Amino acid sequence: MSTPDYHIKSYCRISNGKISKNGEVLFSDDSEEFPAFIKAAYKHFETDYSKFFKMDNLSKLAFIGAEVLLKDNNEENTALVLSNSASSLDTDRKHQNAISDQSGAYASPAVFVYTLPNICMGEISIRHKLYSENSFFIFAEFNPHLLSDYANDLLETGQANEVLCGWVDYDKGKYDAFLYVIAKKGLLPFDTGELTKLYRTK
Amino acid sequence: MSELKLELKEKIIEQLNLEDVSVDEIADTDPLFGEGLGLDSIDALELIVMLDKDYGIRLADPKEGRKIFESIDTMAAYITANRTN
Amino acid sequence: MNNIYLSHNNIVSAYGFDSASAVDSIKNEVSGLSLVDDSKILPNPFYSSLIPQDNLSKAFQKLNPQEDYTRLEQILLVSLANTLKESGLELTDKVGLIVSTTKGNIDVLDADSPFDENRAYLSELGKKIETFFGFKNEVIVLSNACVSGVLALAVAKRFIHQKRYDHVFVVAGDLVSQFILTGFNSFQALSELPCRPYCKTRAGINIGEVGCSVLVTKDEDHLVNESVRIIGEASCNDANHISGPSRTGEGLYRSVVSAMNQANIEAEAIDYISAHGTATMFNDEMEAIAFNRANLQNTPLNSLKGYFGHTLGASGLLETIIGMYSLHSNTLFASLGFQELGVSQPLNIITETTAKESSIFLKTASGFGGCNTAAIFQKVNS
Repeated sequence: MSTPDYHIKSYCRISNGKISKNGEVLFSDDSEEFPAFIKAAYKHFETDYSKFFKMDNLSKLAFIGAEVLLKDNNEENTALVLSNSASSLDTDRKHQNAISDQSGAYASPAVFVYTLPNICMGEISIRHKLYSENSFFIFAEFNPHLLSDYANDLLETGQANEVLCGWVDYDKGKYDAFLYVIAKKGLLPFDTGELTKLYRTK
Repeated sequence: MSELKLELKEKIIEQLNLEDVSVDEIADTDPLFGEGLGLDSIDALELIVMLDKDYGIRLADPKEGRKIFESIDTMAAYITANRTN
Repeated sequence: MNNIYLSHNNIVSAYGFDSASAVDSIKNEVSGLSLVDDSKILPNPFYSSLIPQDNLSKAFQKLNPQEDYTRLEQILLVSLANTLKESGLELTDKVGLIVSTTKGNIDVLDADSPFDENRAYLSELGKKIETFFGFKNEVIVLSNACVSGVLALAVAKRFIHQKRYDHVFVVAGDLVSQFILTGFNSFQALSELPCRPYCKTRAGINIGEVGCSVLVTKDEDHLVNESVRIIGEASCNDANHISGPSRTGEGLYRSVVSAMNQANIEAEAIDYISAHGTATMFNDEMEAIAFNRANLQNTPLNSLKGYFGHTLGASGLLETIIGMYSLHSNTLFASLGFQELGVSQPLNIITETTAKESSIFLKTASGFGGCNTAAIFQKVNS
């Protein structure tokens, strides 16, 4: 189903050691581990934001994806509608390990605060000064139909002027992000078939 | 005391994920919050956990933290006076 | 815009297994909080409101389950089964399902849990609810910190508005667990006594648990006496800090103003505010600032945390359902635990159950990640 009024303004893919924008590879790195990969990406994009290093893996992934798409963003009313399958389980397991430690259970507030999937949207909102709606959905897999319905409603009712949508998943060392901005004007038609195609192009 | 101060600096850098900050860059009298190292409220909570876990000090009132965590000097003095391990 | 309503509803709580049991207790200013001594959750006793497992098991067995379900799944299934039955709706391809939760089956991460760790995936939890009742559509799980429960109503509205569904069942719940309590404890956020929202002597949160559910529908033929219409809703981030409430109440203020604009009403039209009121120092202060900026300082306001504690991903829905009964019975419920105002700006806290002709209420919630949601509801049978 296509929505004639809106377009895909830009899109970003992060997977398999590569970061691309609108189909063009901006950065690649053969670090095996995600933390080294994402840190190299942070340096590559010359991001000067020390709080990045306090974030959990999911937030780092979403944050870098948003950097790629929102760097020169001047639309304050850009809503964030993100989704994934693993929620914040990577950090949940860290918190669980800390409180189950037989030698002394100490919860870390800096870990606990990231045991919610929407925190990554809070980080993006702070970075880009977005006083907009944030919604985080959990699906078994990327679901462009439901996300598109949701984005359409935000745009049609004027609750947002643009929407940063997509999929940002981090689980057991594996990462997968596909973020895109829906706006009045853009590169491609806002179409769930198009989104599925772009998502599958790794 | 200077050993403790070095230990605190290392722990702060490690546990609060201060990237690209080295031990030499933190002076004993530098403010840890606000202008200085730029620590925030979550870091303060993390330091309260550190006091308990590593030095056996439990703060009766978390607001006490504000004074204790002013600088490496104040932290070291408080730990030396109150540590139980 | 088409009218969208809240209708059949259910609350599974420490008070009982229907909305009426909770509403009656609140009317009588009876707290559901009690001292819980469970060292598996926290070393020291803590105040909470828990759903009694014996009664839950009994209610759940009546649904004739064919396999083992986790405690949270049982709570959600018992609540939703009741709402589904009352509604009498057939589950066609125009009926959606939204599950609102922050942590879902997080207790299965504990090594002692008899359930597989995979059960912690929220889509697994959603799938269990969807298949138990045979929903034709894929479940939508919303996990957006402490605004989830009220945001879920906005989400349901949007999918109906987009014509994907005619009716949406929203079910919400979170458990009282070691995972959650140790976390809030590390934030120095737990009160050792029953919580006192907006009070001078407030000392933090109690965490409680409920499961609740509601039918969101566009169909006027499926309404109940306490039904309300959603006339405005908005969510705005503080863009300030991931855990600390904004010092200016920015996101909450913007949410409230935007929801009022959508509803096309002024502040004076709001009869009652069902606020978030967790009873932490910073949250309640932030709310007071935001409500004053929105010119709502004289509007009667309560927090229901003194009855249930903070029920996390369920709280926004739970408190909306109570608000529906508040309008229907033209009764303002007391903000339990409050004695003397302890925020820097004036607020009109409801100190005892009071009769008041009411037609419109505002529900707000705020959470980690800087999120805020405001929703405005209008009585249908006025």
